[in-house]
Amino acid sequence: MDGILEKRKKQIHRTDEAKFDMECGKASLAGSVSQRACVFCGSRVVLYPITDALHLIHGPIGCASYTWDIRGATSSGRQLHRMSFCTDLTEKEVIYGGEKKLYKSLCTLIDKYKPAAAFVYATCIVGIIGDDMEAVCRKVEKEKGIRVLPVMSEGFKGTKKDGYKAACDAISELVGTGDTSGISKHSINILGDFNIAGETDIIRSYYERMGVEVVATITGDGRIDDICKAHGATLNVVQCSGSMTHLAKEMQAKYGIPYVRVSYVGIEDTSAALYDVAEKLGSEEIMEKTRELVAAEVAKIYPELLEIKKDLEGKRAAVYTGGAFKAFSLVRSLRTIGMIAAVVGSQTGNKEDYEQLRELCDPGTILVDDTNPVELSKFMQEQNIDIFIGGVKERPLAFKLGAGFCDHNHERKIPLGGFEGMVAFAKEVHASVMSPVWQFARKNKG
Amino acid sequence: MTMTQEEKEKDVSRNACKLCTPFGACLAFKGVTGSMTLLHGSQGCATYIRRYMISHFREPIDIASSNFTEDTAIFGGQKNFGTAVENVIRQYSPALIGIATTCLSETIGDDIKMLVHMFKKDTEVENLPEIVHVSTPSYNGTHSDGYYSTIRAISDTLVEKTGFCTDNVNVFPGMVSPADLRYLREIISSFNDNYVFFPDYADTLDGPSWDEYRPIPEGGEKIENIRSAGDSAGTIELFSCLDDKNSAGKLLEDKFGVANYRIGMPIGIRKTDAFIDALERITGSHAPAWLSAERGRLVDSYIDAHKYIFGKKAVVFGDEDMVVGITSLLSEIGITTVAAVSGGKSGKLESEIKRNNDASCDKAMIMDNSDFEDMAEAIEKLKPDLLIGNSKGYMLARKLKIPLVRTGFPVHDRFGGARIQHVGYRGTQQLFDRIVNAIIEKRQKDGDWGYTYM
Repeated sequence: MDGILEKRKKQIHRTDEAKFDMECGKASLAGSVSQRACVFCGSRVVLYPITDALHLIHGPIGCASYTWDIRGATSSGRQLHRMSFCTDLTEKEVIYGGEKKLYKSLCTLIDKYKPAAAFVYATCIVGIIGDDMEAVCRKVEKEKGIRVLPVMSEGFKGTKKDGYKAACDAISELVGTGDTSGISKHSINILGDFNIAGETDIIRSYYERMGVEVVATITGDGRIDDICKAHGATLNVVQCSGSMTHLAKEMQAKYGIPYVRVSYVGIEDTSAALYDVAEKLGSEEIMEKTRELVAAEVAKIYPELLEIKKDLEGKRAAVYTGGAFKAFSLVRSLRTIGMIAAVVGSQTGNKEDYEQLRELCDPGTILVDDTNPVELSKFMQEQNIDIFIGGVKERPLAFKLGAGFCDHNHERKIPLGGFEGMVAFAKEVHASVMSPVWQFARKNKG
Repeated sequence: MTMTQEEKEKDVSRNACKLCTPFGACLAFKGVTGSMTLLHGSQGCATYIRRYMISHFREPIDIASSNFTEDTAIFGGQKNFGTAVENVIRQYSPALIGIATTCLSETIGDDIKMLVHMFKKDTEVENLPEIVHVSTPSYNGTHSDGYYSTIRAISDTLVEKTGFCTDNVNVFPGMVSPADLRYLREIISSFNDNYVFFPDYADTLDGPSWDEYRPIPEGGEKIENIRSAGDSAGTIELFSCLDDKNSAGKLLEDKFGVANYRIGMPIGIRKTDAFIDALERITGSHAPAWLSAERGRLVDSYIDAHKYIFGKKAVVFGDEDMVVGITSLLSEIGITTVAAVSGGKSGKLESEIKRNNDASCDKAMIMDNSDFEDMAEAIEKLKPDLLIGNSKGYMLARKLKIPLVRTGFPVHDRFGGARIQHVGYRGTQQLFDRIVNAIIEKRQKDGDWGYTYM
């Protein structure tokens, strides 16, 4: 059994193939063990880091339990986002409707926790029993005097990407409603960084050192008030483009705010991001400060990276990410420390992404869209992988097969963004690849 | 911020102390050899449950999904179902496919029995695996109910009676750790070589490093063994917070006349004694000497440690059956349970705690159908010395500056969740030592002298 289902074959290619036409952006095959989640998951992870909002999940308990404190998204203020609230629908509501319970839940929680706004997430069942969530939200909004935003994230209505869009729709309801007076013309919004292990704080501090005002961070360490005045910024700086481009485009159309796509993963991409922003803001003073910052930061970390590189030269990695943009950065980051990305895949990449990956990666690299454990294990063995870089679901598979692992997903507790993040990443990879424990495992390894 | 019981019942869950029903099914199916689970519903359910289990067990956990789309939700899941089952067979070659429903497929009214029937009729796949279907709508019950219903569904589908009576025993363990399961098997096999023991996920969820990839990890009770459960002399259920309609033991009793002994989770000496008694009665064999020796050492350690712990106040929380077991242990070592909390809602928590315990539990607040915020508010004035329960109690322990003795599932913030032991004399010994040491450590840390003998 070669383990690859017939219908999956068009979603797997090699960089050196003559004919390369990645099939992607489609629903996962029934019965495959996809590493993807659902629409709800997409919305939930994007909005999760907004720290002073109430996040209420309308549905039975599972969706709330599995997403309680799920991201390592820290806060410099309130921590209301760490609470898991749910209407906990039971059979009675499934039969008679859950609107009444939703209304009561919202009122009770708003009175008790005084959030700056509330997000209400629809789960699968809400779409089926036909609750008019929007009407309930409108009613509570009127009564309680805070924004109450329905997030139409029924699990089955598309892929995780549709969940990102539903989240962006909810956010754009807020943008444009705040007071923008006093905002500098050298100002930005940070989009698509989620403050995992304090990464947004790191990125924000770079911009502040460059003399750039950060209006809103969406959504890492996010605040409702900041989001409301995000339209006052001059530029949107978008990381994790899969989740946030939709919002950036909408803000461009509505408020004329241009956006740039960036990544804060790795030295090259972080530097490029900061230079890009400086250039777009058109201030020589900012550009000068950016040069100083990049030079200082790179000088600080480079010796250590070179030291680590000595051990890692020629080691082989598999990379599997949610969006493809992060995969580009990881391929480059791995090169910085002498390593080869021999398997690269994403859950939600598009055709252009994969074409770009093909150009970026070494010949012979396997590229894969929406893969599953059976395939991953096959690729890992075929490509003689030393370390897997992905999310928690991939970790045990890597370990079982005698490969190292680096968590680059939202549960990690170590910041991997920015310059200091690059060192942390290199150290993580080094610690896993160089551990002596592998001598007892991977008997089949070459 | 105290919320009255009535408010809570009607309104909202805040930091739930329970998981959804399909979760229990996924766990139980891991306890049968060659079994693969397919969740009939949206993709997220499978992915979330996998991630939640992986963070505890640190093992590969594959759960397939029929991956509903909008069309599926409108027109029914038949097409996805057939494709899904065929793809699972192609990729995993399972001996058994466990199919659990979700709130979505239940609400749109997919008739799984019919879908399985149609699939078997239409498919071109030869040598079909066993297909076991369990109904697990997440708006009904908790993961515990899903676990018990799955044991029942497996029994209902697979168990036969050949008419050949044996002195074999069936044992259905509760949701305990792989290390617990390994030890339970050791105990049972010391009474009789032939027995049926499932779900046994000891090896599937705590296995060795691999030389080569295996789609389904080794381990679990063999299907052939499970089939023979109708011939056994008796069944022991190591849980008790369930309804008869969810009980595999009751099913085997009604269907095949196999006597059912509902013992509960054997934590502490008295409850383990009850388990051993039942084993002796069913198999007609006597407990081996090593088991009596373990009991003896446990009693000896109770005595050695009794003064460190007497009168301490504990809050116990988690799955109902484990809460019942732990309160029973506490009452025999002199620790007072001031609150016993669970998200479960079998309706049995209070009566089971009282049935197992003497007066020491009389004053305990017993809260079922409760969440972590209910618990935090209720225990504010109780000033407990320690918390005993899963790792989701950590934030509360941190706030109260008291130790949390991690038990049960999940343990997401410590290493070795699969190796924590709770049951039998040996498991109780481990748990007892950890409780005593948590109290001693706190005393040592808080004291200003830093005693090196405690």
